[in-house]
Amino acid sequence: MNSQISATVRLGIKSLLLHKLRSALTMLGIIFGVCSVIAMLAIGEGASYEAQEAIKRLGSNNILLRSVKPADATRQQGGGGPSRGSQLKYGLTYQDGARLQSTIPGVVRVLPMRIIRENVRFNRNESPCQVIGTLSSYTEVAGARLVRGRFLCHLDEVHQDNVCVITTGLARRLFPSSDPLEHSVKIDAFYYRVVGLVQEQSQPEQRARAGNAEGEPLDNNVYIPLSVSRSRFGEVLIRRSAGSFEAEEVQLHEVRVQMKDTSAVETADPQIRTLLKRFHEQDDFEIIVPLQLLRQAEQTKRIFNIVLGSIAAISLLVGGIGIMNIMLATVTERTREIGVRRALGAKRRDITRQFLVETVVLSIGGGLIGVVVGVLTPLAVSQLTTMKTIVTVWSVLVAFGISGAVGIIFGLYPARAAARLDPIDALRHE
Amino acid sequence: MSKESAIIEIEGLEKRYVLGGENDVYALRGVELRVEPGSYMAIMGPSGSGKSTMLNILGCLDRPTAGSYRLGGENVAEMPDDELSEARGRMIGFIFQSYNLIAQLTVLENIQVPLLYQGRDLRAYESRCVDLAKLVGLGDRLTHRPNQLSGGQQQRVAIARSLVNDPLMILADEPTGNLDSKTGREVLDLIDQLNGQGKTIVLVTHDEKVAARAHRVIHMKDGLIDREVRNREVVPVAGGRP
Repeated sequence: MNSQISATVRLGIKSLLLHKLRSALTMLGIIFGVCSVIAMLAIGEGASYEAQEAIKRLGSNNILLRSVKPADATRQQGGGGPSRGSQLKYGLTYQDGARLQSTIPGVVRVLPMRIIRENVRFNRNESPCQVIGTLSSYTEVAGARLVRGRFLCHLDEVHQDNVCVITTGLARRLFPSSDPLEHSVKIDAFYYRVVGLVQEQSQPEQRARAGNAEGEPLDNNVYIPLSVSRSRFGEVLIRRSAGSFEAEEVQLHEVRVQMKDTSAVETADPQIRTLLKRFHEQDDFEIIVPLQLLRQAEQTKRIFNIVLGSIAAISLLVGGIGIMNIMLATVTERTREIGVRRALGAKRRDITRQFLVETVVLSIGGGLIGVVVGVLTPLAVSQLTTMKTIVTVWSVLVAFGISGAVGIIFGLYPARAAARLDPIDALRHE
Repeated sequence: MSKESAIIEIEGLEKRYVLGGENDVYALRGVELRVEPGSYMAIMGPSGSGKSTMLNILGCLDRPTAGSYRLGGENVAEMPDDELSEARGRMIGFIFQSYNLIAQLTVLENIQVPLLYQGRDLRAYESRCVDLAKLVGLGDRLTHRPNQLSGGQQQRVAIARSLVNDPLMILADEPTGNLDSKTGREVLDLIDQLNGQGKTIVLVTHDEKVAARAHRVIHMKDGLIDREVRNREVVPVAGGRP
């Protein structure tokens, strides 16, 4: 029995090798199909992985509140004409932070942040940066990792010391050849002593695109005590642009609320909204819940995978139809051979098996090549572009499984057509 | 020969092709035939005489509409398709006019094909296949493909293939039809030789010189056996033509 099967497989391969080009072209359909299934799913998986990582970095136990310039205020300004200045007051306040801490159940910490864009310099090196005025709990809430020195401490806040902590990327730019610790950097008119270096959680190449959702775009941060930020920069920030200036009074740009667990996040979200609405007449803040974003991202990924998978599955289907077409032609071409085999004692199922083996060899062979190409394609894509790709084991198994199934499904009809031939007619066939 | 030991026993064999209503065509109308083991029989007849239908039924490729056909004691007239296939492979060795070798297989593999469908282990039978190839004079061509052989050589491969299952009878359909007279003679000599070793041969031809080699010639006409000639001397009646 075993020798019969191996003989049938060997015979199938021989018959396919008889028409090498035809077999190769037939296989090509399956190769493209399997390859596109794997490559598309790998690219989709990579894209959603990045989005999910970006959201995870925000912390699933956290709720982010951000000050937003109200929409109607922008309109007013637009109509205000050139060379006219205006002052806007909006956003989260110190009081909001205190209220959140005292009212919302399940709050572990409330971390206020003032984020100001300024240039930072050391000697002749200058770099744009975000000056983040915050508290000592930043590292725990935002998950930044201390590399050297220390982070801001409570005494810095109380004494309003001119100290700062900078990110490693910024340190490399400002201090290409010297140790940043115990040097002072200049921001605006004041000098700040560098006491520590931190590493943000995200990888530099991911940050560029993940930046918007995260609100922490580049690895260019300088952390100073909140009280220092208040006293040195003031509450009113003036931005000048050609012929006009605008002044904004924003107390806090961002507040991060760390909850005790994910279930507390769910309940706190509407509570925070209700609480803040009471003290904010205009719509000048937004609430970002990473947990919800994560769920949405997962949902999006599912849909994305289904869409990509279906497109790729259609190409496999087309490959299958190609196989069926060729096999039907082959059956017609080899009618005489079928007749001879029947005369020499082959049963109908022997003939079915023979042709089925040929289609399965075609589709499995194409499937194997497709898997190899399909695994290499995403690798090449991530080499040539910044796109991240992840080849999952299940996508390879699914693609290969479908290619085998396609071979059997689309091979069955031609094989049965071959077996149904009347041996007498088949022998007489020219 | 006793009645029990006949290889072929045919009684009242009919074959009707249903075309609907009164248009039905009778290809065979009650043929009676017995063939003893070791005999060498030729079937002749003009086209439309039922000769081909007879061949198909003898070869278990077709089933009669009525009557009985016992091959080697088995009633093959009523076998289902699978059993009929099995019976063909086990009891009949086919030799065709156009050799009908399988193009993608070598000489040795072509000889092995019937074994494959009998579920035999090919390796165990390899030496037998090589011996058969030697018997037909192709021992040095085992790995050649049919398109590398002459017509006569291809027909020899087909003969070796027909012998591989040690069948009850060899059914040859115009075995020399595609060959020139010299190679045709060689092939017929080989068939004679097989008959000499005790193989039952049934040969269908319209060439009287070919039929002349048989011990027994059946002439068919209008779906019946018209006459039968049992001795060699009578045959040269039509031997005037080359």
